[in-house]
This record gives sequence, C-alpha cells and structure tokens, in this order.
Amino acid sequence: MAEVEKDAHSGTDTTGYEWDGIKELDTPMPRWFLYAFCATILWSFAYWVAYPAWPSLSGYTKGVLGYSSRGALEEDLAAARRSRASWLVKFEKLSVAEIVKDPELLNYAMAGGRVIFAENCAPCHGSSGSGRPGYPVLADDDWLWGGTLEDIKTSIVYGIRSTHEDAKSSEMPSFAAGGEEGEGLSRKNLEVLADYVAALSQEGGDKKSKGWELFEENCSACHGEDGKGVQEMGAPNLTDGIWLYAEGRDAVIRQITSPRHGVMPSWLVRLDDVAIKQAAVYVHSLGGGK
Amino acid sequence: MNQGIMAAGAVGGAQDAAAYNEDIVKKFTIAAVIWALVGFLAGILIAFQLVFPALNFDLEWTTFGRLRPVHTSAVVFAFGGNILIGTSFYIVQRTCRAPLFGGPGLANFIFWGYQAFIVLAASGYVLGVTQSKEYAEPEWYADLWLTVIWVLYLIVYVGTIVKRREPHIYVANWFYLAFIITIAMLHIGNNIAVPVSLFGTKSYIASAGVRDAMIQWWYGHNAVGFFLTAGFLGMMYYFIPKQAERPVYSYRLSIIHFWALIFLYVWAGPHHLHYTALPDWAQTLGMTFSVMLWVPSWGGMINGFMTLSGAWDKLRTDPVLRFLVTSVAFYGMSTFEGPVMAIKAVNSLSHYTDWTIGHVHAGALGWNAFISFGALYFLVPRLWKRERLYSIRLVTLHFWVATLGVVLYIVSMWISGIMQGLMWRAYDELGFLQYSFIETVEAMRPYYAIRGVGGVLFIAGAVIMVYNLWRTVKGDIREEAAYELAPHAPAPHEVEKTPS
Repeated sequence: MAEVEKDAHSGTDTTGYEWDGIKELDTPMPRWFLYAFCATILWSFAYWVAYPAWPSLSGYTKGVLGYSSRGALEEDLAAARRSRASWLVKFEKLSVAEIVKDPELLNYAMAGGRVIFAENCAPCHGSSGSGRPGYPVLADDDWLWGGTLEDIKTSIVYGIRSTHEDAKSSEMPSFAAGGEEGEGLSRKNLEVLADYVAALSQEGGDKKSKGWELFEENCSACHGEDGKGVQEMGAPNLTDGIWLYAEGRDAVIRQITSPRHGVMPSWLVRLDDVAIKQAAVYVHSLGGGK
Repeated sequence: MNQGIMAAGAVGGAQDAAAYNEDIVKKFTIAAVIWALVGFLAGILIAFQLVFPALNFDLEWTTFGRLRPVHTSAVVFAFGGNILIGTSFYIVQRTCRAPLFGGPGLANFIFWGYQAFIVLAASGYVLGVTQSKEYAEPEWYADLWLTVIWVLYLIVYVGTIVKRREPHIYVANWFYLAFIITIAMLHIGNNIAVPVSLFGTKSYIASAGVRDAMIQWWYGHNAVGFFLTAGFLGMMYYFIPKQAERPVYSYRLSIIHFWALIFLYVWAGPHHLHYTALPDWAQTLGMTFSVMLWVPSWGGMINGFMTLSGAWDKLRTDPVLRFLVTSVAFYGMSTFEGPVMAIKAVNSLSHYTDWTIGHVHAGALGWNAFISFGALYFLVPRLWKRERLYSIRLVTLHFWVATLGVVLYIVSMWISGIMQGLMWRAYDELGFLQYSFIETVEAMRPYYAIRGVGGVLFIAGAVIMVYNLWRTVKGDIREEAAYELAPHAPAPHEVEKTPS
C-alpha cells in the first residue's frame, strides 16, 4: 500500500491509493448527511406502520390508518353525490322543458352543460358550437334535425346515423351524372340545377327556369318545393346561405353526385340522462334554440 | 508487490498509455456527438409539433407518436449510451492500468454492433414497429441483438478490471459496473416476449395487465437510475477530479452513497403508477424508497462539489470545469425534485402533466448532457493529442447559451405542468369541472413555444461545441485572450502549482 499523505489544502489524509493521478481523501461522512438519511428512513418506517406496505404470501400489512385508495375514491364519489343531491333528483324527474323554467335548475344545467359540451361536443362542433366544415354550427337557428329542447336532446341521446337503432337517419341518394340520354342528370343539367340551388340563397330561384324543373323533379321530395328543407328527414334548408361542407356550384354538384353524410354517435354509452339534459339545455342556449 | 507496482507506476505511465485502446474511445466519441445532434433535432421537431401541428407533415412516419421514441432513444441510448461506453472504456483502462480485455477486435464489434442496434431500433419506430413500452420500444429482434452486444460489453469491462494492475478498483468503475450489470438485468426482464413469427417484427410481452405495468416501470425508473444516474456518476467521479486536479472529497461517502443508491433505486419504480390499479402496498413501497433515495443521491453531488474545495477559483477560468460542476448542481436539483414528485400527494398533481417532462429534462439536459459536454471537451484534445481545445472562449459561449436553454425549458414546463394539473382538478362553486381538456391544451401552448425556444438554444450550443471540437481535431488553435485568475483571489496552493 502506498503511503498515506496529507492533502495540503484541507489537511485531511488521503486513502493512499492513486488511479491515473486521482487520489481520494479519507474525509468522514458529513454529519448532516447521516442525520438526513436516517430521518428519511425513520419516516419510511412510520409510513409503513400507518399505510398498506409490506406484502406476504397471503396478503399485505394493512396499516393502522385503514387507508385504501379504493376506499378513498368511494368516499370522494359519495361526497360528490351528496353535494349534488339537492338538484340531481329534480333533473331525473323533470323534462328539459320544465328544467329551463326553474331559474335555479337552469343555472345548474348551464354550468354543468358548459363543461359537458366542452369535453364531449366541442372537439367536432367547436367551442361554443361555432362548427367546422362538415360539423354543424350549433349557435345559429339553422337546424338539420330540429332545434327544440326535445329535438336536441333526442339527437344527443341517439345520435345521427349512429349505430343506435333509434338514431335519426336519412341518406341523400346519389344523382350520379348519366349520359345525355341516360338515366339521372346530364353534366349540363347538373350545372343548371346547381346554379338554381346556389341561387336559392342569393336572389332566389326562378320558378320558370329549367333549373326549377330539375329541382322539382329530383330534389323537392326531401328539400321541399321552396327548398327550405324538412327537419324530420334531416333534409337541410337550401335557402339560408348556410352550407355544411362548402358553398358554390362545384360544392353543390359534388354533394348531388357523391353525397356526404355526417355521423354523430349516440351519447347514451358515455353520458347519463342528467348529463344529457344539461348538455341539451346548454346547446339550446347557444343562440339558435327554438 | 503492491508497492512495487505503485513505484513503477510513474515510470510505466508512458508505456501504459501506448497500450491503451484509444481508437475505440475516439469512435464512441464521434458517434456520441453525431447522435446528440440527431436526438436534439428530433426533440426540437416534436416540441414544435405540439405548438404547430402542421409540422407532423401529414405523413405517418413523421408524426409525434413515431418521432417521440426516436428522440428519447437517440438522446438516452444513442448519445448517452455512446458517451457512457466510450468514457467507460477510457476510464477503465487508465484507472486499471490495463488495456481493454478482448483486444481491439471485440471492442470494435461492440461499437459497430451498438450502432447497428440504434439504427435497427430507430428505423422500426419510424415505420411503426414498436412494442409500445416507454423507453423499451424496440421489438424483439432489436432486443435480442442488444442483449448480445451488452453481454460482450460486460465481458470486456469485467475482464479489464480483473486484469488490472492497480490494487483497488476505482470508484468510477463501481458505478460503471453497476450500470452495465443492472441494465442487462432490466433489459432482459422487461423484454421477455413471444414473437408472432420468426420473420415478423411483432411480438407479445409475456406478462399482462398491472404486472406488465409494474415490470415496465421497474425497468423505466431504473433505466433512469442506472443508465442516467449510476453510469454518469462514473463519469463524474473521473472527470471532475481530473479537471479540477483535486482529490475526491470522501472515499467513505462514495462507499455509503454507492451501496445505498444501488440498494434503494431498484425499489422506486412503483411511484410511476400511483393511483392506478397497482396494489396500495406496492405504491407505498415505491414512494417511501424514493424518499429514502434522496440523501444517497445527494452523496454523489456532495462528493462532486466538495472535490472542488481548494479549486473553486478555477470555475472563473475553466469553462469545462464549469460544465462539469453545473451538471452536478442540476443532478442535485433533479434528485431532490424526484423524491418530492414521488410523494403521492404531490404526484396526484404532477403526474401526467408537463411537470414530469420538465423534471426529466432538468436531469437529461442539465445533468447528463452537461457532464457529457464536459467529458467531450476533456477527451477530444487528449484523444487526438492536441495541445488544447481550439477555443476556450467558445466553451464559455456554449455554456451560457445551453444554460439559458435549459432554464427556459425547465421553467416553462414547471409553469405549464403545474397550471395543467391545477386546471384538471379545478371545480366551480356549483361542483362542476371548470375546464375541459382542450382548454388546458390551449393554455399550455405559449409554454410549449417557450420550451421549443429553449431547445433551439440548447442545440445551438451543441453546434458551437461540434465546431470547436472539429477545429480541435484539425489541430487549430484560436487566437484569443486567455482567462486569467482574478487578482484578489489567488488560492495559495494554486500559486505554488502554476509552474508544473
């Protein structure tokens, strides 16, 4: 063993070894280091006594406080239920129309509906129902499937073209462009018809035109002779200048030849009856409720 | 006999140096620098993807989900792994006064085999081949290959120690050895899987459910503990005393904190699974062992800092030492923050938020990367036999640019993470949640941007380093004013030492 020498700066002995020029001092452990280490160990022992800690073959030490995270969760949920008890029962019994008549209940519906909407509806319909192409605006008075409180609630419960058997559903057939003499609409007729539809929300359609003839023949059964739509069928109003996908002749032709249909899921699996009522009241209030 | 060795030590030094395999260290050094740039770049890209989703480029290969493991693996296993293996080969030879066991052929095989593993893993991520285990994403074929390489690495390392010509094993080697052995154990334990077919990439992990989760975080936490802590402490124990030219502060402390760290770390994994299906008792053990881990972790910090006693004035004149010492400060900070975050009450706020990301980067950028930069600045002039670095002043510039980057990163993630956690649990006076998830995302956006800027500064610093190292390798010396000791603070022994 090499000689132990004293470090000039600290006056401490070295251990006497050297590796690639590195020496080590034989400084004792810092006291505070030992005390702090012991403190954390003691604290851990205390924690093991208090809480579930050490496993055995048949179970584990339960801890003197009787804590379990499952139990703590139950308590939290029970507390949440208790805090809601005053209004929850009324929400279960009353219809949406009755709820909005009671200012206090309306208050709860709006506060709850706001966050339910933000968590569940906003990803498609935008915050505050501002909509996105393909996802209807909920803040205007243009409703595809009806804008009364009950209509909105039914749409949320069953969805639109969802997998639920009671979902509201309809499908616009494809009026694929046929040949000049064939079935369906010729390319030229398609353009005439699209111009007519586009004009409905501008200067209005000319009922003496060829466009009107085509519209009456092909479209009016669902969208109505005046083009104002039929909500029972989910057939949109074509006269209000609100377009789900895009506006203009080309967009109208696209929809006629290869129609797109939105799908909204049924929220029954995710939201309970009370939450759906809150959401319906909130959506109704966004600006367009009937 | 020992005395004979020690007496011959000084004389035999030059001959030993000739026998050391430094070529392999050069290779690992170059690889570490290249992978550092790749990893940092991937990190910046995904950081800005969170601010500007258009940067996903609408291509499956460049989405956040695929590039995130590229980033983590590139910085941890490619940059970190190469610097760890490289420095370990440098240090073990010199502190054992023995050339690498197995000769240059085996060492080269380990080098190229390890690079092949990185490429195999990363190409899988980009193509969507993953076993979806965080920090253990590579599929079975890459895992098997890494096992081969790692066992060879262990053999070379242990073989060199066995053939050492020093009576004792230096502390840095304990840490490296703990790192190599434990990583082997973790890697194998966490990747026990059944491939679907011999020629397919897909496999299924043997355990399922909460047991799989527990094994995963036993692995995940100890990847931090043994890869990013124990291995890098090995670097610390060599480069700080070398650069400061001071003896290690306390041998006894190094023993105690080494064994405490090794013993306690392997228990701490369950704190990643607080408030989950993991049984309460396992959560308790994970939390308490994490808290007990705090002081032993700080043992490394004390030894790092106190080794400078008598050489603190060098921090003014030596930016390389400043990198090394600052890394120890970040190490101390994040090893205190970690136990705090492992406490269940704190974890219920911090878990799943950006606070965790900030915590990890305080360690990864501030500790792991900084000490690696210090090691690179130390090694390159010595490996390429240059008089000194091309520029000392550029090291200072790198230091400040990178430090500013780290601070921006950590602080923005603290604010963002704590805000996120508080928003998630905020209720209004009627008892309804106050914020939706998307509102919390919107609120975090500015902080994501600040974090991205921090990342840009960090990589800017790394580019400065690469330039400096490149010029050093070329043999250039920049004409610049040398740093001088402040006239009012000359340490007595410094003055004496200057002539040598």
